[in-house]
Amino acid sequence: MSQLSVKHLIGIKDLNKEDIQLILDTSINFKDVLQRPIKKVPSLREVTIANVFFENSTRTRLSFELAQKRLSADVINFSASASSVKKGETLLDTVNNILAMKVDMVVMRHASAGAAHFIANNTNSIVVNAGDGTHEHPTQALLDAFTIREKIGKLEGVKICIFGDIVHSRVALSNFFLLNKMGAKVMVCGPPTLIPKYISSLNVLVEHNLEKALAWCDVANVLRIQLERQQLKYFPSLREYTTYYGINKSVLDKVSKDILIMHPGPINRGVEITSDVADSSQSVILDQVENGVAVRMAVMYLLAGKVN
Amino acid sequence: MDKRLIYDNKTLAITLKRLCYQLIENHNTFSNTVILGLQPKGIFLADKIQKLLKKDFNIEVAVGYLDITFNRDDFRRRELDIIPNAMHVPFSIENKQVILVDDVLYTGRTIRAAMDAMLAFGRPKLVELLVLINRKYSRELPVEPKYVGKNVNTLQTERVLVELTEQGAKSDTVWLLPHNFKP
Repeated sequence: MSQLSVKHLIGIKDLNKEDIQLILDTSINFKDVLQRPIKKVPSLREVTIANVFFENSTRTRLSFELAQKRLSADVINFSASASSVKKGETLLDTVNNILAMKVDMVVMRHASAGAAHFIANNTNSIVVNAGDGTHEHPTQALLDAFTIREKIGKLEGVKICIFGDIVHSRVALSNFFLLNKMGAKVMVCGPPTLIPKYISSLNVLVEHNLEKALAWCDVANVLRIQLERQQLKYFPSLREYTTYYGINKSVLDKVSKDILIMHPGPINRGVEITSDVADSSQSVILDQVENGVAVRMAVMYLLAGKVN
Repeated sequence: MDKRLIYDNKTLAITLKRLCYQLIENHNTFSNTVILGLQPKGIFLADKIQKLLKKDFNIEVAVGYLDITFNRDDFRRRELDIIPNAMHVPFSIENKQVILVDDVLYTGRTIRAAMDAMLAFGRPKLVELLVLINRKYSRELPVEPKYVGKNVNTLQTERVLVELTEQGAKSDTVWLLPHNFKP
């Protein structure tokens, strides 16, 4: 009997290869549901899900909410900026108050690493991590993997390079864990100040030259330069970053093969990637967004289906 | 108690042919009729009927595969396989006559879920049910088949095992297994 080995989705680190395979396979069925005239199934009609967002988000929150509605779940939304958190309520109190209203599952984003883990350990709810600080963003890594598998046909042996701000990126960390477990080859490319010191322990190659990295990889996952997380200066100027690490058409043309271009969004057009690349036929950025709904449906369906 | 043979290759072929005749009586040329086989096992029977209609009667009928996993009424209630199978309905069923096909009818709950799942593809004009084995006295919902291979009296503890060549078996057989049966 196939079931997830975990009760919560806190991070990819906690999943085994079979879990990842199961989520990706189930996502295919949900993608199929989303192509039908009636894009809805009644599976979670007795489940109530709270989207608790302590940090801003467009894509992830909308994608989760849409996935919940396509599964017929009841949904409540919470964003910290318009709540009693401003009055000084603690994280655990806030979540416990939401759970007291008979909520079965919490989808949470928080600026602190470990926030989802903390809630999972201190409440009875099923917890889905929608990004916790610079720790993990598991559903993003799953939808990236789903998109790669859909376009290339497999993950094993595929060469994926993640470009840009690795040190602040939860997307990168979740991707490392997932791709390593699934047998893909992973490289990172960016200025030394944006590559974390622990990288050598993660079975990840490091390259500081953009052209060499592009020549190596089948898939380029370009991360956003997170302007809001850069209190320190990690590079002299945006213009300098773009000159050395910005991906544009002419640098892609020097590579003889067609590389799949991915980006978790939101794009800083003209900084890490130019418009002609982001909007090119090689780009699967909008496919990622489309697949995100199906993958999140699969995650919540499989977690809710576990009988305690 | 040992396992009991309900159908062997030869008797099943006779029954399938009879079911085809019955279908033709009601659907004539199948011009407005489609068959939906229920995942996971009903699809093999649906394929068999499609092939037989083509071979012996030169009738073409469209077959789709309906997966009911997302429409089950026991989700979150018991430990069962919640992993979906492929849904493959490459046509609209709007205003069509639909024949649902499954191997075994037991509680009727699968058929209820199937009628629910089917509606995502349109509003059919008419829905009928064909099953190979109708397990009597076990229904939990008001569901009755229109076309039946064989009515079988079974105990709740018994199981019906359908093996068709389409699913990799050596020959077509249907068995009734006692509750303590171990292969």
